[in-house]
Amino acid sequence: MTWEFASPGAFAMAGPTGKITYQPDGRAVVDARGIYYRQLNEQLRQLVKTGAKEIDVINVYGQRYLGTSIPEHVKLRIYGTPGNDMAFAMHGPEIEVFGNAQDGLGNTMDEGEVIVHGSAGDVLAMSMRGGSLWVKGNVGYRCGIHMKEYGDKVPLVVIGGSCQDFFGEYMAGGSVVLLGLGLAAGETHKAAFMGTGMHAGRIFVRGTVDPGQVGKEVGLTEPDAAELEQIRAAVRRYVELFGGDEAEIMATPFVKMYPKSLRPYGRLYAY
Amino acid sequence: MWDIGKKQNPYSDDKLHDACGIFAMMSRSGRTFAGDIPITAMENMHDRGNGLGGGFAAYGIYPDWPELFAFHLMFETKEAKAETEKYLHQHFSSMDGEEIPTRPHPGITSAPILFRYFLRPNHHLLEGLSEDDFVVQRVMHINLKIDGAFVFSSGRNMGVFKAVGHTEDVGRFFKLDEYEAYCWTAHSRFPTNTTAWWGGAHPFSVLDWTVVHNGEISSYGTNRNYLEMQGYFCTMHTDTEVIAYAMDLLARRHGLPIEMVCKVMAPPLWKDIDQMAQADRDLYTTLRVIYGPLLMNGPFSIVMAHQGEMVALGDRIRLRPLVAAERDDVIYIASEEAPIRLVEPTLDRVWIPKGGEPVIVRLDDAAMAKAHPEGRQVLK
Repeated sequence: MTWEFASPGAFAMAGPTGKITYQPDGRAVVDARGIYYRQLNEQLRQLVKTGAKEIDVINVYGQRYLGTSIPEHVKLRIYGTPGNDMAFAMHGPEIEVFGNAQDGLGNTMDEGEVIVHGSAGDVLAMSMRGGSLWVKGNVGYRCGIHMKEYGDKVPLVVIGGSCQDFFGEYMAGGSVVLLGLGLAAGETHKAAFMGTGMHAGRIFVRGTVDPGQVGKEVGLTEPDAAELEQIRAAVRRYVELFGGDEAEIMATPFVKMYPKSLRPYGRLYAY
Repeated sequence: MWDIGKKQNPYSDDKLHDACGIFAMMSRSGRTFAGDIPITAMENMHDRGNGLGGGFAAYGIYPDWPELFAFHLMFETKEAKAETEKYLHQHFSSMDGEEIPTRPHPGITSAPILFRYFLRPNHHLLEGLSEDDFVVQRVMHINLKIDGAFVFSSGRNMGVFKAVGHTEDVGRFFKLDEYEAYCWTAHSRFPTNTTAWWGGAHPFSVLDWTVVHNGEISSYGTNRNYLEMQGYFCTMHTDTEVIAYAMDLLARRHGLPIEMVCKVMAPPLWKDIDQMAQADRDLYTTLRVIYGPLLMNGPFSIVMAHQGEMVALGDRIRLRPLVAAERDDVIYIASEEAPIRLVEPTLDRVWIPKGGEPVIVRLDDAAMAKAHPEGRQVLK
């Protein structure tokens, strides 16, 4: 007697998948309406395995983990509202979202690029370790929480609008640029507890930051010339992606948030 | 009171946690919507719950009897039903009860006996109490004293429907597509520390006050002790019910506006109070001193509602998700943006409310007079 076990791939495909059509240029278009996230993600992986380089996913309503486990430099265009933890542990793809992203975008992301033509929710870039995230609009609470870096692997997050509280909380590496483009003249970022627990990495905020808005582990200074060049390069790319005027954006000074100590709690538990 | 502990919790653990999914919508002008809209939205967030509790609150669904208290009851046994009906006939004038309409659904099993009654308090028994206070006392009596009986809804021109199951299944089981409401709140449960039972699903309610909740109330013990001193008894084996009782106490009995109720539950941090002008500093210090035991500590996103009003509130440091959106006269609230987009693709505005800052929706005057002709009761 022989036994036939379904392969894990076959198991994952055991539900309805999205209808696929093809554009004249050969690009696959997957209709995700009503498709469960497991089937949708498995379908995208299979498409990439069979050679697809560009995939449009339309009618996305909350499916999670889009872009995960696709270790190829492919391009995904997401139309709709992708679900939580998009690009979770992502290694490779470029994702462009036409809509708002939900919570947990870029969670532990390793390599690749995500571009959001809208806003994003809470805990953006949590534990992110490589690649870049570009958000045209605003972001929610705790964005940049525990980002990290090692050697030349330095994640970059660029946000066009403003942020909510605990921005850069427990940050352990990486670079964040916050442009505040939606703020009215004279209006400042409203976030409190920015950089609480921050112990590495750097945050560049366009406009002013009050010392009362940042955690006690954070220092405020002006970016140096090399850092200003990094900021300029980020702004240039932001303008390419979303529009705007580089010179106008750069005309407003930036503040650099930096950690005063590499080990802010070093003496808390070791005495 | 139902003792579920002996059956389902042999270790007698009594910790209380939740982490769930929320959806709510309300029309300011009193336009009504069928229940398939919240059902669709909750189905989209299927993975936020785990099938161990789902429920809905619907306002404006009994327009033919807006002045009668609509009691929804679940009974474990026919004996419990008989004893409860005898008690109800002693205290209320009523039409005969009827079975709550349901349709069989494979996802909903072990249903108790589900009945509803439209009741008018017997005025010669009020003895100086308001009708509302009289009803609260009767509800507490049934839930505490009658074995196997449980009142899960007791408001006017509104109703709570809840069960163990996935929320979309619960909605279809109760035929909510056949009800029209100007305000819906809905919840999927992911019980983490107490056992699932029909009464433990959200929304929790007393009178027409309901609450759905994602998170956990770490201050439950303090809140519960305080509320018991005010005549509210916790019988539902989970933390969320203290919010419903706190809302009834603060808003109905103490007459606080809903904005202040929110500031009691999620007060400004002391560091922010220190920065306020004198008048505000006095106000918020006073609120924290007087109502300290009703501060809701821990992570939460909640939607509270009662006749003509709905409010969404997150904890002050936003440890649970909450998204708000607006389209014409309708405000939407949900744990995620996608379900809102699914039921209303064209939105005027989407935003993430700041922790501790309530999103308040009210019926306009004409709609209020139509849905709740008795109006808001002013006591004392």
